[in-house]
Amino acid sequence: MKKTILNLRVVSKEYPGSNYVLLKLTTIDDSPLPIMQPGQFAELKVENSPNTFLRRPISINFVDLEKNQVWFLIQMIGDGTRKLGDLIEGDLLNVILPLGNKFTTDLKPGSKVLLVGGGVGTAPMLYLGAVLKQNSINVSFLLGARDKEALLQLDIFAKYGDLYTTTEDGSHGEKGYVVDHSILNKEEFDFIYTCGPKPMMMAISKYADQKNIECEVSLENKMACGFGVCLCCVENTKEGHKCVCSEGPVFNLKKLLWQN
Amino acid sequence: MAKLNINIGNLEFKNPVMTASGTFGYGVEFADFIDLNRLGGFIVKGTTLHHREGNPYPRMAEVPMGMLNAVGLQNKGIDYFIDNIYPQLKGYDSNVIINVSGSTIEDYVATAEKCNELDKIPAIELNISCPNVKEGGMAFGTSCQSAEAVVSAVRKAYNKTLIVKLSPNVSDIASIAKAAEFAGADSVSLINTLLGMAVNAETQKPLLSTITGGMSGAAVKPIALRMVWQVYNAVKIPIVGLGGIMNATDAIEFLLCGATAVQLGTANFIDPQITVKVVDGINEYLDRHGYKDVNEIIGALKINN
Ligand SMILES: Cc1cc2nc3c(=O)[nH]c(=O)nc-3n(C[C@H](O)[C@H](O)[C@H](O)COP(=O)(O)OP(=O)(O)OC[C@H]3O[C@@H](n4cnc5c(N)ncnc54)[C@H](O)[C@@H]3O)c2cc1C
Ligand SMILES: Cc1cc2nc3c(=O)[nH]c(=O)nc-3n(C[C@H](O)[C@H](O)[C@H](O)COP(=O)(O)O)c2cc1C
Ligand code: FES
Repeated sequence: MKKTILNLRVVSKEYPGSNYVLLKLTTIDDSPLPIMQPGQFAELKVENSPNTFLRRPISINFVDLEKNQVWFLIQMIGDGTRKLGDLIEGDLLNVILPLGNKFTTDLKPGSKVLLVGGGVGTAPMLYLGAVLKQNSINVSFLLGARDKEALLQLDIFAKYGDLYTTTEDGSHGEKGYVVDHSILNKEEFDFIYTCGPKPMMMAISKYADQKNIECEVSLENKMACGFGVCLCCVENTKEGHKCVCSEGPVFNLKKLLWQN
Repeated sequence: MAKLNINIGNLEFKNPVMTASGTFGYGVEFADFIDLNRLGGFIVKGTTLHHREGNPYPRMAEVPMGMLNAVGLQNKGIDYFIDNIYPQLKGYDSNVIINVSGSTIEDYVATAEKCNELDKIPAIELNISCPNVKEGGMAFGTSCQSAEAVVSAVRKAYNKTLIVKLSPNVSDIASIAKAAEFAGADSVSLINTLLGMAVNAETQKPLLSTITGGMSGAAVKPIALRMVWQVYNAVKIPIVGLGGIMNATDAIEFLLCGATAVQLGTANFIDPQITVKVVDGINEYLDRHGYKDVNEIIGALKINN
């Protein structure tokens, strides 16, 4: 997949949660966006932020082919992401994309899959769910957050599959963590995908491992380049150090050295 | 359009712009972004005699206008390079240079010997300055005796262009440069990364698995410029200047301070097309100032007025 550097124009900006922005962008000359796959990410250039030297990796949240738009869901946690949150309609954003590998989406039609996301780790799950549904796969989403304000994009998720939620304070869905949700004991799944905080992904991986379910996890190791040249983002795997940016971010659980 | 060719030893470069080892992969990763044939040269990642897994994660911490890395020379070894990477690089019309690293003099020599056999590799850059490995690495580049010993040994085994990459983590870089020149280096490149450290006050932990790491990026430029200037005044062999170059103006500053060529490192992460932009920018500068040849500005710093 050819990587491109391009300036995209912000078409709309929404606030799906108190500390989040959703940027929808398109090309400046109406040329079609490069083809992007679920699980891939982009490296965003942050302008006018003295403490932000490097680009910021952000997942492809959704691709709207009809409108030729790519969406980025951004949690504002530091200077770089806050500056990205300051962008307004009409602003240009320099991006490198598409980067990384992708989730497996060519499962048998009719397969039953569970997509588990926590916090901003729900971002790549939306586009993944949309593509899986298109491939006639039976999608369930299990999304977790601290409270209901931090559960994002629920309306859109609901378009692509069954939706289950947990919150730590019980303000939406079941109270607790995603790994404690009752759906995990009620239903059988053929494939699990997960992205979010590492403890959450480890807990889900343990469940997948015990039940012998194929599981893909998307990692968010710290990156300098994002396209496989600096070797800063490595994850230690059964095959040695692998670059999360170019050989990931999606890894089959079986390849990782996580303690199950 | 001014003449951009420069020479290092017997080797001609179509322009003074190269890439810094460890920041440009094997070059091919940039083929989506730039025409690699437009580069004066590209220096591929640090290569050792045997496979190295490098240091544990985390290996990177961002700092104001720069970054720290602790990669630790992860690479699959020179034989893997020869069998799998070299065939992909042979066709490029640019000087492809291998950055040779090692833990012992014997390792450096054995790796250099293998490089000597590669027709399309006209030069090596001897990395005696890596701060991220336990033994060898920077230790060779921090005393005149050990620098001279390793450079002399490699010089005997390698008969093409030999560039020696110097560490800034020394009290007198000019004396190390002189030792390398004396031992037969055709050129010295500087600087490698500066030893640094970053801490998370909340978790009270270091941000790198190795605690300390090598600093690069815009923030190191003033130190790198100073060192290039000092070395320029101490040796006769050409200097390859690097450290914090982010644009053409930065590159020109290095040329004015005495560098015959420059390398771009960390800047490639932020703008993967920066190298060709710097080639164009140098050309534009020369035209604007009425120079016909880039060699006219090398060491042209005006200090008496
Ligand atoms: C492949 C990938 C995809 C990502 N997708 C998204 C996304 O879709 N939406 C989103 O909001 N964020 C995403 N992130 C995380 C995002 O890149 C970081 O939050 C961002 O770089 C922080 O930049 P900053 O300047 O705002 O904060 P900084 O000032 O750099 O950091 C603020 C705090 O966050 C921590 N932090 C920064 N980066 C990371 C990281 N990669 N992992 C863990 N902790 C980190 C820092 O240690 C610090 O404590 C992704 C990261 C990766 C690697
Ligand atoms: C991630 C990373 C890996 C590096 N690996 C090597 C290496 O293998 N060999 C080497 O000689 N220098 C290595 N360096 C140092 C660079 O080549 C260069 O000397 C340094 O980064 C300063 O230049 P810059 O500020 O333009 O990046 C590395 C630097 C970085 C950031
Ligand atoms: S971030 Fe540079 S190799 Fe992955």
